[in-house]
Amino acid sequence: MTATAQGSDKADVPVFHFAEGEPEHHPGDSTMLGFWLYLMSDCLVFAVLFATYGVLGRNYAAGPSGADLFDLKLVAVNTAMLLFSSITYGFAMLAMDKGRQAAVQGWLVVTALFGLAFLGIELYEFAHLIHEGATPMRSAFLSSFFTLVGTHGLHVTFGLIWLAVLMTQVSKHGLIAANRRRLMCLSMFWHFLDVVWIGVFTFVYLMGVLK
Amino acid sequence: MRIFRLLTVLPILALLGGCQMVLLSPSGDVALQQRNLMLASVALMLLVIIPVMALTIFFAWRYRASAKATYDPDWNHSLPLEVVIWSVPLLIIVVLGAMTWMGTHLLDPYRPLNRIAAGKPVVEARAGSPGIRKQPLVIQVVALDWKWLFLYPAQGIASLNEVVAPVDQPIEFRITSSSVMNSLFIPALAGQIYAMPGMQTKLNAVINRPGDFEGFSANYSGAGFSDMRFRFRGVDDKAFGEWVQGAIGGGSMLGRDEYLVLERPSEREPVRYFRDIPSDLFTAILNMCVDRTKMCMRDMMAMDARGGGGKEGIHTVVALEYDKSVRRGGQPLLPRPFVTAICTPTDVYGAAGMSARAVN
Amino acid sequence: MTSYPDWWKLVFGRFTLEAIPYHEPILIATFAAVLLGGLALVALISRFKLWGYLWHEWFTSVDHKKIGIMYMILGVIMLLRGFADALMMRGQQAIAFAGNEGYLPPHHYDQIFTAHGVIMIFFVAMPFVTGLMNYVVPLQIGARDVAFPFLNNFSFWMTVGGAVLVMASLFIGEFAKVGWLAYPPLSGVAYSPGVGMDYYLWALQIAGIGTTLSGVNLIATIVKMRAPGMDLMKMPIFTWTSLCTNVLIVATFPILAATLALLTLDRYVGTNFFTNDLGGNPMMYVNLIWIWGHPEVYILILPLFGVYSEVASTFCGKRLFGYASMVYATVVITILSYLVWLHHFFTMGSGASVNSFFGITTMIISIPTGAKIFNWLFTMYRGRIRFELPMMWLLAFMITFVIGGMTGVMLAVPPADFVLHNSLFLIAHFHNVIIGGVVFGVFAGIAYWFPKAFGFKLDPFWGHLSFWFWVVGFYVAFMPLYILGLMGVTRRLSRFEDPSLQIWFVIAAFGAVLIAFGILCFLIQIGVSILRREQLRDTTGDPWDGRTLEWSTSSPPPAYNFAFTPIAHDLDSWADMKKRGYQRPLTGYRPIHMPKNTGAGLIIAGLATICGFALIWYIWWLAALSFVAAIAAVIIHTFNYDRDFHIPADEVVRAEEARTQLLGRA
Repeated sequence: MTATAQGSDKADVPVFHFAEGEPEHHPGDSTMLGFWLYLMSDCLVFAVLFATYGVLGRNYAAGPSGADLFDLKLVAVNTAMLLFSSITYGFAMLAMDKGRQAAVQGWLVVTALFGLAFLGIELYEFAHLIHEGATPMRSAFLSSFFTLVGTHGLHVTFGLIWLAVLMTQVSKHGLIAANRRRLMCLSMFWHFLDVVWIGVFTFVYLMGVLK
Repeated sequence: MRIFRLLTVLPILALLGGCQMVLLSPSGDVALQQRNLMLASVALMLLVIIPVMALTIFFAWRYRASAKATYDPDWNHSLPLEVVIWSVPLLIIVVLGAMTWMGTHLLDPYRPLNRIAAGKPVVEARAGSPGIRKQPLVIQVVALDWKWLFLYPAQGIASLNEVVAPVDQPIEFRITSSSVMNSLFIPALAGQIYAMPGMQTKLNAVINRPGDFEGFSANYSGAGFSDMRFRFRGVDDKAFGEWVQGAIGGGSMLGRDEYLVLERPSEREPVRYFRDIPSDLFTAILNMCVDRTKMCMRDMMAMDARGGGGKEGIHTVVALEYDKSVRRGGQPLLPRPFVTAICTPTDVYGAAGMSARAVN
Repeated sequence: MTSYPDWWKLVFGRFTLEAIPYHEPILIATFAAVLLGGLALVALISRFKLWGYLWHEWFTSVDHKKIGIMYMILGVIMLLRGFADALMMRGQQAIAFAGNEGYLPPHHYDQIFTAHGVIMIFFVAMPFVTGLMNYVVPLQIGARDVAFPFLNNFSFWMTVGGAVLVMASLFIGEFAKVGWLAYPPLSGVAYSPGVGMDYYLWALQIAGIGTTLSGVNLIATIVKMRAPGMDLMKMPIFTWTSLCTNVLIVATFPILAATLALLTLDRYVGTNFFTNDLGGNPMMYVNLIWIWGHPEVYILILPLFGVYSEVASTFCGKRLFGYASMVYATVVITILSYLVWLHHFFTMGSGASVNSFFGITTMIISIPTGAKIFNWLFTMYRGRIRFELPMMWLLAFMITFVIGGMTGVMLAVPPADFVLHNSLFLIAHFHNVIIGGVVFGVFAGIAYWFPKAFGFKLDPFWGHLSFWFWVVGFYVAFMPLYILGLMGVTRRLSRFEDPSLQIWFVIAAFGAVLIAFGILCFLIQIGVSILRREQLRDTTGDPWDGRTLEWSTSSPPPAYNFAFTPIAHDLDSWADMKKRGYQRPLTGYRPIHMPKNTGAGLIIAGLATICGFALIWYIWWLAALSFVAAIAAVIIHTFNYDRDFHIPADEVVRAEEARTQLLGRA
């Protein structure tokens, strides 16, 4: 960096400002940090929901428990869908690094399909439970179960909307710096949802059924 | 100038002398110990607070710009001083922390009393011992909307908005609430404890002086909160006996049905007495199953501990027609669901519950 | 009650014409005043054709300085509302004795104390604190804006949205009657079925989103955008306290959001998180809300500790004593503030060991806080103290705050808390620390940075008048409450029986009137200062002989803050630069890269507010429509890639030459 101290006659006066070659601040410089901070705050929302489930998860109100309701096989398939979508998103990011726009779009489509499958299965599960009468209103356990899993599902939904928007933007503007940054953010978001789901799967489903 | 300022303070001092600071001169041993702890902590903190206040004023005056006092703009660090300013508060907190730990355990409201006053321990009865042995008088307290119900299980009576206890007799309050959170507080007797629906809290206390004291709810509970007051009377043993007899003689019945009517929101209820209290009434209130069609919390929790009611349990809910919202002056609501009793007692659709709901 | 046809419900939800409080003369008078005032304002703005100016220069601005100023204005407006509530309560409590019902029935009084608490914390203290941080932090660290300028604008408008909902509840429907933290079951649908609780929930939810995002923004700004050479231990102390505050915001506001969301589900969907029946647990709400609520009080006070530190070193003319220990104290407070929440409900029957653990952690916080007080004290030692207004506020704070600290430690001793909990003693305590700490600090900050923001100092006469009214008023209003607390009087009562209490309430009411004069003098001070601005003009940009970088640029600073990014070498960078004979560069200006203004923030926040309003009144079609519209607006905003521009070099030259001339005149 070049910097000068103007108007100084003393030799020991240090440099107090950039006269030229000042590093320009780019709007995206802080985006990754900012997005991480957002993710951590979101993580706290999930922490509250997990804690709530931890406290209320055994309050069945003389109604059904997880062991009565959960279909582990279905949930396992569901988990696989989300894990696969994380992997395919990873492939999209690898393609992005190589600058191959078509491959990025292709992998994003695959990711979206896996995401949709995940959502579909989850909605099916919810519909089935509600049809049986195990509604969120039946007991504190079901309230906290639906809220925790539903909040995750809501995040996936917004992730999918975001994915669709980003795909449009990539096709419009190509893999420009702004779009790469956005793809990185969505990538972190998507993997974050994956990590949360692993918590849900273990804490809610496995521990609920196996006790 | 100074004198005038002092003069303005005088009437305030006179006022202070005139007012009864019940927290500083309580009539119960527990409240007295709580006061002592409060005063001790103030004294400890004043050790650091008075010098700080004095130094603030002194430095501000001493180093005012016009005083041309020593000016040392680069002096900004001093290790010895830093050690002092961190360690003095630390020491005070260590002492206060130790006092807190002991005091909190000693004055835990759940802990049965081991003395009824300084130098008067509660001990096991032994011939010739100077101690006083008394089983605590159990009083079950229910915070209703917006009145207080006190049940005396051993005496089989209850009273509304009045509670009476013999002087120097350990008392054990068992406290719950019918709907929202309240806090039982008799400042002259002992500290407060919350009254919460479906939960039981306890307060052990003793009154050392006869008298008529104020009690109230110390946690906001809705429109009638300001009038949710009661009298606490400390009396001698004889007067207590007479009071109990009076309630037995002149009180009205309080069964489950009557309770469900009493439970409804009302304000400024006069003092009333009840007799013939079913022995399981408080348990039923605590478990929110005075209405026999409702499953008791205790049973529900026992079922839940065994893994819930299974899929068959899904449909054991019924909507409660009785609408508290309307009684509180609000709009009508959708009926609230509750879990019905499964192991049906004989009178499940009998008098209790049904008739109370019919009144609505 | 008139019955409404089905189509009415479909269109207007549960809104009925009865929801307009015609029968409340106080509200109708207020409404008329607000309406007339609002119309006059609109007329004036239209008359002077200011709409375009306001829209382009302020509402859509992403300039952190303008957003900071708008936060402060919001804080002042809401202070008037919150304080009007306080006066009404003091009035009611002063007269409602021995059978006299006073002039406020419970259903009105209970809304007032709830609104007072909510407004003062969320819409007065928070905007003031956020406003100060927004304005000062980028200038102190030598940055040209915050990390996410658009987000900053959006956060501001979300806070406004929450405030608008609270204000709307005055005239459309009602506000909550549950106390400022809305404990269930009372706040549940069974006991508070009206719209008041829903106003509460959606106002806080919307404002809370804004606060969280503003926290993320400022952390990223402080971490990423400091001037070269300014490592963490050379950061001005206000920036340090802001960093800690924003860490607390990001670490706690999501908890508030989730907790309120659960209560919302209980109320709207019929879930059983905090209900009495079907396995719900109201105690969990109390825990969760205080896990947010306790750090919240440190969110409020920490930045003001920073303000006091800046004021102390500036007006004592020396470096802050014990900078490092000040930083460590701040960090320790930040961490500890997470470990004390249970002290708000010792009386809910936790065991003795749990209670004493939380009691002792609470006391431990007083150690770093005490260290801070000593640091300010020894900053005065061997200083050369100028008693300008900010310094006066600092002294009043130091004397007042230690009293609040002492009563706070008393409340932290569980057995003592058993008798003091929920009493007027507690009320006196937290007003002691919030007024004596936060409010005094905000006024110190306003007096200190006002010349930076507007280029002229505040009028000292009216400032001192306001100061004395506030300080004396505070003592007159709250010392009686300490005494009443010791007399066993609990909070939130609207009428009393014991006539011996009345005199104290009358004194307290008189104190509140004194504070009202303090507020009035503050407003007059602003007006007088604007009229006398030429006499009060500061041409140097450094009216107080400041020590940190914000004083190195002009007052008011140009849009780009610094023509050249400064390089920091020492803790008090600007004092260091002045000492070593720094000369302001006069040539070599280049174009400066800046973010563009956008209306997206206001539009999205406006849609969110409409959505909140619709949800409060069960107007489902409007809720769905505005929600979808808000999402669509966000998506459309992301298609805008053209978000920045360069201020041309000749414009920079013009601005800087104007300053050179100004400096020459001085």
